[in-house]
Amino acid sequence: MRVLRLHVNGDCAEVAAPEHWTLLEVLRYKLGLTGSKQGCDKGDCGACTVLIDGVPTLACLSLAATVEGKQITTIEGLVPAHRAAGGEGVDPVQNAFDKTGALQCGFCQPGMILSAKALLAKNPNPSLKEIQESLAGNLCRCTGYTQIYEAVVLAAKGDLA
Amino acid sequence: MAARDQHGSEAPWDQGFRVIGKENRKVDGMAKATGEAIYTDDIQLPGMLHAKMLRSPHAHARILSIDTSKAEALPGVIGVLVGAELPVRYGVIPWTPDETALAVDKVRFIGDEVAAVAALDEDTANAAIRLIEVEYEILESILDAEKALITPEPPIHEDRKRRDNISKHVELEFGDVEAQVSSADIVVEEDYSFHSTTHAAMEPHCAVAVANSDGRLTLWSSTQITHYVHRALARVLQLDPARIRVIQPCLGGGFGGKSDPFSLEFVVAQLAIKTGRPVKMLWTREEVFYAHRGRHPMKMHYRTTAKADGTITGVDAKLLIDGGAYSSFGLVTTYYSGQLLTGPYDFPNYRFDSTRVFTNRPPNGPKRGHGSVQPRFAFEVQLDEIAQRLNIDPIEIRRRNFLGAHTETVNGQRITSNGFLECLQEVEAASDWKARHGKLPHGRGIGVAGSMYISGTNYPVYPNKMPQAGVQLKIDRSGLVTVFTGGNDIGQGSNSMVAYLVAEELGIQPSHIKVIAADTDLCPVDLGAYSSRVTFMVGNAAIDAARKLRHKLVEAVAVAWDVAQKDVRFMDGTVVDLSAAARSMTHVEAFHLAEEMFDTLGSTGAYNTPTLGGDYRGGTIGSAPAYSFTAHVAEVEVDTETGRITVHKVWAAHDCGRALNPMIVRGQIEGSTYMGAAEVVLESHDLNRFGLHAGPSLLDYRIPTAVDTPELAARIIESIDPEGPFGAKEAGEGPLHSTIPAIANAVFDAVGIRLRHLPFTPAKVLAALRAKEEQA
Repeated sequence: MRVLRLHVNGDCAEVAAPEHWTLLEVLRYKLGLTGSKQGCDKGDCGACTVLIDGVPTLACLSLAATVEGKQITTIEGLVPAHRAAGGEGVDPVQNAFDKTGALQCGFCQPGMILSAKALLAKNPNPSLKEIQESLAGNLCRCTGYTQIYEAVVLAAKGDLA
Repeated sequence: MAARDQHGSEAPWDQGFRVIGKENRKVDGMAKATGEAIYTDDIQLPGMLHAKMLRSPHAHARILSIDTSKAEALPGVIGVLVGAELPVRYGVIPWTPDETALAVDKVRFIGDEVAAVAALDEDTANAAIRLIEVEYEILESILDAEKALITPEPPIHEDRKRRDNISKHVELEFGDVEAQVSSADIVVEEDYSFHSTTHAAMEPHCAVAVANSDGRLTLWSSTQITHYVHRALARVLQLDPARIRVIQPCLGGGFGGKSDPFSLEFVVAQLAIKTGRPVKMLWTREEVFYAHRGRHPMKMHYRTTAKADGTITGVDAKLLIDGGAYSSFGLVTTYYSGQLLTGPYDFPNYRFDSTRVFTNRPPNGPKRGHGSVQPRFAFEVQLDEIAQRLNIDPIEIRRRNFLGAHTETVNGQRITSNGFLECLQEVEAASDWKARHGKLPHGRGIGVAGSMYISGTNYPVYPNKMPQAGVQLKIDRSGLVTVFTGGNDIGQGSNSMVAYLVAEELGIQPSHIKVIAADTDLCPVDLGAYSSRVTFMVGNAAIDAARKLRHKLVEAVAVAWDVAQKDVRFMDGTVVDLSAAARSMTHVEAFHLAEEMFDTLGSTGAYNTPTLGGDYRGGTIGSAPAYSFTAHVAEVEVDTETGRITVHKVWAAHDCGRALNPMIVRGQIEGSTYMGAAEVVLESHDLNRFGLHAGPSLLDYRIPTAVDTPELAARIIESIDPEGPFGAKEAGEGPLHSTIPAIANAVFDAVGIRLRHLPFTPAKVLAALRAKEEQA
């Protein structure tokens, strides 16, 4: 066991976990942040993607002990951040994914949405090719991706009436 | 009788739909987008143990002994389970119970479950598994279907009546196919094969069980058929089913891969009973590949006879189906492999001879388009060849053989609505077919194919005359309507579908509907998410329940207003008086009036299929109350130097009856097409010569990423089915089928080679190109 100080969604969490646990295990099974999903546990599927200092990162390949002191954002962090910034409802990217029907089984979506957030943060008007390349690390088995692209385009436009 | 007429003169939608046909948001979309949605592995219970499986390292072996003493002695291990403790056999098809929760005397494929351990944490459970000692007598393994067909020894299942490795054989003939051969203008006869592919849903299988001290057992499981898991648990655990509750939490994709009862469900339940603690088991991605139940590999021989004008006169098929180690849905697969080919074209004469064999491979089962994707591939490629040899446009030959609407197929399947011609027309126009087919530069081509699929099936898996689907409605004084349905939402959106239908029928807003689904303690039985039955069957049951309730609501308001019932209209949560337009009330007030008049309000609704199917053994299997139809055009590029095929774009037009929510239907068409395209060029569930999976990971089993996926252009065709819920049919499986032959036929258009054996690897492409050059 090791006591970790993790900065997750703006909070500082102190948590004891086995030394070899990944960030994904700590998030899901110690902090109860089960929005980050485990699809493969070996870095192939992207369902566990979180943002570490704003960079999309596979939580299943990140040892929890290596991310102390870094800012970790999980899917659960988006709504509170959006509200803290004066917004209403949910984060616009989440809203766009819901509106375009990009969510079927939903299992890949927390990771997909965070990858999309990171893309839009550095490139507010991405081309289709840029969207595809940015999301290529997040496997989706339901949609064929088309409605996911529509969601990202919609979020970029900000036209979410 | 048209769907509208079934609703009577007071149907709320004679002024147009208020909910149906609109791109409403899903009832669970926001929960999924925010991470609030709870999937099975998200369930954490106090004191919960973690369980792991020991799996067979041999493809075929007898278990001589199992020694679990060292595992039991490991600190942190709380419970150990072996097959002898749960010896009762089960199978999703009641006639073929050949599985046990854990192997009892034999293992039949690499990965077969042998023993299980529950421990305080996963690491301890994994360590304990390695301490279990199993003594095996290794048996000869059969990894090839052709060998299984001719080799009765060793039988993979020893105590069946037949002492061979035939799982199921079906031979049916309609008309006389042999008589057509001599009179035909053209006979095309070829071999085709379909390889092994798997579902690869993003969520691995997971189950959590709690056994309460009052003898009640609760199982949360990532299943797409709660009801069959419920039945199987009662059978295997020998418990009263009334004391078992099965709940399907949010499901991370199914595609057929979570349709069977699985070993882990029995194991966590028994370990929970044994230890008195909650138990969870989450399979690793590798274990999911072994659990499999994926698409059956098939070796197929087709002979089609036709007239010079392209009219099909007969189709003769012989299929060899690799079942893998267990029966699973195999009885159905074997029928589907023949029964579902008899549209959208008119076959005057048809015969199929399908044999499913057991092999020592991970068991095959239902994958999206169960049993009929493989024959569809073969036949559509053969039809393309007939068109080419007769010099008929491939779309035109499909038109000429159109089966028609409101008719019957050669094998006695009743066809209702049929929008196949519109599907063809749509993809022909969208792809600019006439200007481009046969006219693109060498290496680039387009191809077409068509298909049909069932919207549910008459065959209820276990014989009973009760409804296939039930729905219950409960009214709250707040104006909320809670819908209880046994239907399994596996991501296809069935909970949303039910909410839209009830909202439409009651004339209230979807935001006033809450859906509680797939919980056997709370919800009326539905037979589950398979065979594309949910929209049709659960949808009709939901409308039935809502209509009964609406009659009460209308009556209460009519009495209060002293007007005729036909003048009371519920729209968007407001009740209006059509005889005096100024008068209205909220639906909440109407609920109160109705509760005053009738006492506590609620209703039930049900759906059962009409009597369908030919009057012969197996005639009900694949008999659907309605069929969906699809046409695809695919555009490909073939690199003649590397042999690599790139699928650039696929146009898919699908007749779904009525699109209850076009956004969701489009998602189903796109997702199906994507999955089909991947089976042609990327995915292969390969084993090595020992039966060991060649690459049980999402890196090696190459499901397409965003950059691998072709551009998808989905078009919805609405034929408005007379018996579907507001005219709807299925959309979740049909649109996969013809993707695959459309790509094969596009490859022919691009470079003039007929590829008949999936997957289309660069090596096969290069070999075919070389053979073509040598012929020339």
